Amino acid sequence: MKRESIGQTFKVAFGLCAVCSIIVSSAAVLLRGKQNEKKELDKQKNILIAAGLYDENAKAVRFDETLHKDVKIADMFSQDASSERPWIETKIINLKTGEEIDSQVEQQIKERFPKGYDQRKASRIAKEEWSEPVDSATDVARIKRRENYSYVYLVHGAQGKLEQVILPIRGYGLWSTLWGFIALDANLTTIRGITYYEHGETPGLGGEVDNPDWKASWNRKQAFDPQGDVKIHLIKGRVRPGSDDAKYEIDGLSGATMTSNGVTRMLRYWLGPDGFGPYLNRLKNRSTKK
Amino acid sequence: MTMTEPKAKETLFEPVFNNNPIALQVLGICSALAVTTKMQTALVMAIAVTVVVAFSSASVSLIRHYIPSSIRIIAQMTIIASLVIVVDQFLRAFLFDVSKQLSVFVGLIITNCIVMGRTEGYALKHDPKMSFLDGIGNGLGYSLILIVVAFFRELLGSGKLFGQTVLATTTQSGLYVPNGLMLLAPSAFFLIGLFIWALRTWKPEQVEEA
Repeated sequence: MKRESIGQTFKVAFGLCAVCSIIVSSAAVLLRGKQNEKKELDKQKNILIAAGLYDENAKAVRFDETLHKDVKIADMFSQDASSERPWIETKIINLKTGEEIDSQVEQQIKERFPKGYDQRKASRIAKEEWSEPVDSATDVARIKRRENYSYVYLVHGAQGKLEQVILPIRGYGLWSTLWGFIALDANLTTIRGITYYEHGETPGLGGEVDNPDWKASWNRKQAFDPQGDVKIHLIKGRVRPGSDDAKYEIDGLSGATMTSNGVTRMLRYWLGPDGFGPYLNRLKNRSTKK
Repeated sequence: MTMTEPKAKETLFEPVFNNNPIALQVLGICSALAVTTKMQTALVMAIAVTVVVAFSSASVSLIRHYIPSSIRIIAQMTIIASLVIVVDQFLRAFLFDVSKQLSVFVGLIITNCIVMGRTEGYALKHDPKMSFLDGIGNGLGYSLILIVVAFFRELLGSGKLFGQTVLATTTQSGLYVPNGLMLLAPSAFFLIGLFIWALRTWKPEQVEEA
C-alpha cells in the first residue's frame, strides 16, 4: 500500500492512537495507588500548615516554637499518650444539624467507603443520603452539590484543651475549584491560618494563594462580626493596617480578581449557615453551657 | 547513503555547546524562565524534557517510514503528548511536591519547540538509535542552560542552592541582601543573553552574519 493512500493514513492513525492510549492509560492506572498515597499525605500536611504546626521551609513539624524532625506528619493525627504534644482529632459531622454523626451513619459510611469516608466523592453521589444540590441563589461558591457529612479537624493542645478547629473548604475561582482548609482559633472567630492544597489557578496570579506571605497575613484576622455574620473578605489592593475594618480584610491578589472573589465567596458559604454555621454554633453553645 | 553516518559521540555532544537548542537554535525559552527560580525544579524539568525529547525522537524515528505526510505533524504531537502525560503521571506518583511546584509547566513540555523541532528536523530522517542520542544531546544542551540560569537565580535571588542556605540573607540575620530581580522572569532572559554572549565569545563561529 502506498504511503500516502487514504487506507495507509487511517491505519497509521488508528494504530498510533491505540498504542498511545494503552501506554497512557496503563501509566495512569498503575500509578494511581502511589499518587493517591502522596495526595493524602499532602492533604494531611496542609491541615498542619493551616494550623501553623508545619514549617514549609524546614519541611518539619513545628510546635512549642521548635522543629520536631522526628515527628512524622501522620503521627500528628493520633494522640501520643507519653508526651504532651498537640495532636489533631478527626471527626465527621452532619453539616445540616452540626452534630457529630451517629453510629448508624458511621455504618453507612463504612459500607459505602470501606477505605475511609471520601468527602469529595460523596458530594458527587446524586442521592439524598449522601449529598444535596445547592440552589443557584445560595451557591456562591459554585460547588453545585454539597455533601451531607464533612470532616472537621480539632487541634488539641496540652491537657487536651481544644486549641483550633480546622474546616475543609472549597469553591470555584477562575479556572478551577480551589480545595483548602481554614483554621479557626478556639474562640471560633479568630482565623489562625488558611491553605489551599489543590487548585488550577494561573501561576503568579490566582496561584498566589500559595504565597506563604499572603497565607501568613490571615493570622489573627476575624472571620465574623459581632453580630455573627461572615465578614472576612479580600479587598482590591492592600489592606491599610490602621483602618477600622482591617481585621476583616485580606489583601487582594494582584491581577486575579476572579480568584480573589472566589476565595471571599467560598468563605462566606462555608462559614455561613449553609456550611459549617450550624456546627460552629453547636460548639459555641456547648462551651458556654459549661 | 551518500554521506557517512555521523558518529554517536558527535550527535550526543554537539548540542551542548556547538549547537545548543536555546543558545543557538533559540528554542524552548519559555520554560527556561518559569522553572529556574530554584535549582531543584530546574533539574527535574531538565530531566523531564530530556526524557521526552529522547523517547519522542526514537519513537518517531521507529515509524518514520510509515507516517503519511498528511498526518506527519499530528502523529508527532500524539507521540509527544502521550510521553509528556506519562512523565507527568510519574512525577505525581514519585515526586509529588516538585510536581506541584512545576504545576502546568510539565504539561507545557508538549508545546516546547525543542521536542517537535528535533522530531521534525532529525528523527524523520535518521535511525532510532541516532535519534535517541540526538534527543539526549539536545536535552543536555537544554539542561545546561536551565541549570546555569537556576544556579544564579536561586543563589542571587534567595541566597540558597537546592534549598540550602549559602548566603545568609538579612532576614536570616545575615549580610546578604537578596536581589529581588532574580526572582522575576525577566532575569532569566538577561542571564540567557549573557550566556549566549559568553558562548559566542568562546566560539565566534556561532555569531550570525549581520
